[in-house]
Amino acid sequence: MYRYNPADQQLVDDRVAQFRDQMSRFLGGRLSEDEFRPLRLQNGLYVQRHAPMLRVAIPYGTLASAQLRKLADIARRYDRGYGHFTTRCNIQFNWVRLEEVPDILAELATVQMHAIQTSGNCIRNITTDPFAGVAADELFDPRPYCEIVRQWSTLAPEFLFLPRKFKIAISGGAEDRAAVRFHDIGARARQAADGRLGFEIHVGGGLGRTPMVGRLLKDFLPREELLNYFEAILRVYNRHGRRDNKYKARIKILVKDLTLEGFAREVEDEWAWSRGGPATLCEETFRSMEAFFARHDSAPATADGACDQAPDPAFSRWVARNVSPHRAAGQAIVTLSLKKTGVPPGDATAEQMDGIAALAERYSAGEIRVSHEQNLVLPHVAHRDLPALWQGARALGLATPNIGLLTDLVCCPGGDFCSLANARSIPVADAIQQRFDDLDYLFDLGPLELKLSGCVNACGHHHIGHIGVLGVDKNNEEWYQVTVGGREGERGALGRVIGPAFAAGQIPDVIQRLLEAYLGARHEGEHFIEVVERIGLEPFKARVYGGAA
Amino acid sequence: MSRLICRGELVEDRWRWIDDDEAPAAGERLILPLARWCAQRAGLDATRSGVWLGPDDALAPLLPWLATIPLIAIRFPVFTDGRGYSLARLLRGRHGFAGELRAVGDVLRDQLYFLQRCGFDSFALRADQPPDEALAAFRDYQWEPLARR
Repeated sequence: MYRYNPADQQLVDDRVAQFRDQMSRFLGGRLSEDEFRPLRLQNGLYVQRHAPMLRVAIPYGTLASAQLRKLADIARRYDRGYGHFTTRCNIQFNWVRLEEVPDILAELATVQMHAIQTSGNCIRNITTDPFAGVAADELFDPRPYCEIVRQWSTLAPEFLFLPRKFKIAISGGAEDRAAVRFHDIGARARQAADGRLGFEIHVGGGLGRTPMVGRLLKDFLPREELLNYFEAILRVYNRHGRRDNKYKARIKILVKDLTLEGFAREVEDEWAWSRGGPATLCEETFRSMEAFFARHDSAPATADGACDQAPDPAFSRWVARNVSPHRAAGQAIVTLSLKKTGVPPGDATAEQMDGIAALAERYSAGEIRVSHEQNLVLPHVAHRDLPALWQGARALGLATPNIGLLTDLVCCPGGDFCSLANARSIPVADAIQQRFDDLDYLFDLGPLELKLSGCVNACGHHHIGHIGVLGVDKNNEEWYQVTVGGREGERGALGRVIGPAFAAGQIPDVIQRLLEAYLGARHEGEHFIEVVERIGLEPFKARVYGGAA
Repeated sequence: MSRLICRGELVEDRWRWIDDDEAPAAGERLILPLARWCAQRAGLDATRSGVWLGPDDALAPLLPWLATIPLIAIRFPVFTDGRGYSLARLLRGRHGFAGELRAVGDVLRDQLYFLQRCGFDSFALRADQPPDEALAAFRDYQWEPLARR
């Protein structure tokens, strides 16, 4: 993992002092609400429905045990004993007190954490593959580049007042587990024919009000040019992105207005000047950054068959769903499910966080990852430790064997917390989990991604759910629109609306009918999304709406 | 325009900002809007003529003359309009402008450090900004950014 150097520590310490002063000027009436708003947002502080909400950055979703313990401590001392892991791999505290936020930031700084740029019209937290550095299908580890981009983007003075927020994802796997084509900039690891390393760059993807799949801007960017090129993209966006209408201010609209070719010309012009310039990265930077992310492959390896000693069917199920292949023999990647029925998706209590920190220390080199599906990942687990880890996770309520299945649903905080929401999302998620709690049925359904957002801002990523549910407001009533056919990854696509919206109570039945349509049409081994792509939406609509649609 | 910070000090402003229709007095140092500066350039005393840019002004008409322009001001209509930061970076970095680069308009204490990092070296603060607090803003961060390490 990356460790702060004195300059990084100085930055977060300076930031705490600066925000403490800003907060005190605001509370003393010397800083107006309008002037304070962008300052507090760039420190992760929202004013929400019930209380202020603080969003803490988890850079590229990586946490050390000591950091997770600090989050537990903050949850206990400053919140109501829990936190919510988000689809952008950060954590939110929903019940903080405004005047205590500088103290919380000071606590975070003691463990090399902060809340800088977790909101506001600036470059947000960089995200990546939760399996980065350990995935079996990786071309190279994206984390050193995530850290380079993190350092560059943190307080990047030119880009703190962009037209709108800006999200960057970088992934290194053959399979894209970071949804790079749904980010303002998405970078995927590539290797040129001559062996040079670099990235394929996508631009203008995103969900929200106007969902779009990112466009391919450059098929090979040499890695030395990463910052020069990103700076060129950001500068073109900062100068020319729309500022007259916040709903048309994301870079995707600029790319559309200029056309991809026109946008690319502007970027090339900027880059032509900066290329090879002072921000060009050198081999030494790559080497020193890579050293932070050296692998833990040396952990004692045992035979791969270590899991067959205890044929407990519950354990086998957990292994089938929650354990993924690691690049090193004898090791595995374990996903702890934050999707237990009855618990809001992505929520973890302080006790669970402490428990996970201990499990990570014991079994995973003290490292935890946050996935954008709102689960936690232990990336370095020896096969022989799986049974013990499973017991430990089970005791904490984190061993639900549902990763990648229907009940591993993604869900924003929705109308219960968020002041932007049009409808509640957590009770709908709960109703779905309650209805489909039969594991045999879930396993038979196979991989299925259900994603739920409480408003068009799409924090629940509903557009890219195989089944998506979107809360809408109709005459002050909560309604839910259902989409089918979205997907992440290489063949990323946006779901399409199947018809008129439903009341909350109807959603489990609607899901039931969609599943029946799938089961009726599937060939041996065919997944839900594959059936949708083969037979189209009509059979699903017919099943849900009958003759009426 | 009394509240001017120039290179870290509070100073008297020696320049007068004029709009398209205002008449200058003889011998004054003037900051003119881009269009007027372009139209009258040949007849201006170059050492006493600065130019001001709005956030969406193009830099191209200025580029041939950058070496002779003593002052460029960039106007911030609201402090959350970040275009001026990129204009400053372009003028300083790409085009090598070495004269005074001034932030004007909605210029507030909490943005000074970042404006300076983009190359501004003078700041005409909004009238209500306490000048002493504003001077302190340049010391908000002791941290050395990545690019300078």
